[in-house]
Amino acid sequence: MNKVVAGPDVAVADITDGVTLMLGGFGLCGIPENCIAALARKKVNDLTCISNNAGVDDFGIGLLLQQRQVKKMISSYVGENATFERQLLSGELAVELIPQGTLATRCLAAGYGMPAIYTPAGVGTEVGIGKELRNFDGKEYLLEMAFAADFAIVKAWKGDTMGNLIYRATARNFNPLMAMAGKITIAEVEELVPAGELDPDAIHTPGIYVHRIFEGSGYEKRIEQRTTRRD
Amino acid sequence: MALTKEQIAQRIARELKQGFYVNLGIGIPTLVANYIPKGMDVVLQSENGLLGMGPFPLEGKEDADLINAGKQTITTVKGSVFFDSAMSFGMIRAGKVNLTVLGAMEVSDTGDIANWKIPGKMVKGMGGAMDLVASARNIIVAMMHTNPKGESKLLPACTLPLTGVRCVKKIVTDLAVLDITNDGFRLLERAPGVTVEEIRAKTAGRLVVAGEIPELQFS
Repeated sequence: MNKVVAGPDVAVADITDGVTLMLGGFGLCGIPENCIAALARKKVNDLTCISNNAGVDDFGIGLLLQQRQVKKMISSYVGENATFERQLLSGELAVELIPQGTLATRCLAAGYGMPAIYTPAGVGTEVGIGKELRNFDGKEYLLEMAFAADFAIVKAWKGDTMGNLIYRATARNFNPLMAMAGKITIAEVEELVPAGELDPDAIHTPGIYVHRIFEGSGYEKRIEQRTTRRD
Repeated sequence: MALTKEQIAQRIARELKQGFYVNLGIGIPTLVANYIPKGMDVVLQSENGLLGMGPFPLEGKEDADLINAGKQTITTVKGSVFFDSAMSFGMIRAGKVNLTVLGAMEVSDTGDIANWKIPGKMVKGMGGAMDLVASARNIIVAMMHTNPKGESKLLPACTLPLTGVRCVKKIVTDLAVLDITNDGFRLLERAPGVTVEEIRAKTAGRLVVAGEIPELQFS
């Protein structure tokens, strides 16, 4: 079984206007840089993007926002992007803010074949408005639905030709969860190896969840907040 | 003398216990890491997927794949482990994290907290704050007692959109240490030279003052 495609443009070729995408990453850490660039080149529009953040003005999902390709963002924190703010205030862009753990777990539920989860996050706040509330052992929980996404686009450190994936450090974040949750999952990796070369015990995402894989190139891996110490 | 941000962090560090797993929010809470008592094993959790967060890296050693929840470059310490965001909030939701320290714009005398949204201003999002406050076993808020206009941030009820309800256990401000009781805020300690009267004047919510209130000591 070989899931390798030639590159990002081929991988996203059937992504059309109006679809719902999941995009892995936390801030700019572990984002699928190659596929985002391909989507920007392809100029597909009216996208709904499920992603923890919305990138910065000139990188990550910010590149899609600049070209007004995004109709709606579903995120937990979108604070680093002036383009985003402008489009939101002008009404061009819709945003649904949801708690980070809820975002992660709604992906998990989709990948595990469960229709919904109960979580206490957001009980008694505006996040809970209109949602089913249920009491378990004296504590209240909100019913939150599993996500349905047409495509999930993730970035891994290493992958093999069968789509098995390994992530590195905190670049893991939402990637394995979204990889499980897409109807079609596209993985870009820093290093693509033949099947059999990855230690089966070390694989984070089993290839059954991955439909297309390619080795990306030119990773910029931009750092959002460069903090260092002296000694 | 009101406490400095460092002193607020120093005071909160006294709440740490051997073997604690702790999640520190952005701002003053981050400073608590500098005051973990020598020899005490405390593991820092970063909700983007790390247990065992270490200090910032040396210059030139930054790793774009290794950041904290504030998107700052960091390091790991011995015994650290990475995991995905669902497991990260899973361990928080399951009550495995012993202590959460976070900042706030407002706290009510019933323990409600508001720290994510100001109507009329650009909304950035709640990030992991709602998950943390809804699930953490013990939540300490680190904040100034009043806002820049001099208005109390300790209120009978929050005026800003809530992050969570009845969840805050203790508050350390520049003026006082308080906990939340059924009768409102209870004054536990006061900053050096700050009077009970001043704290009372700057606390809009119900305030319980019982007996002598000790002054905070810093070595």
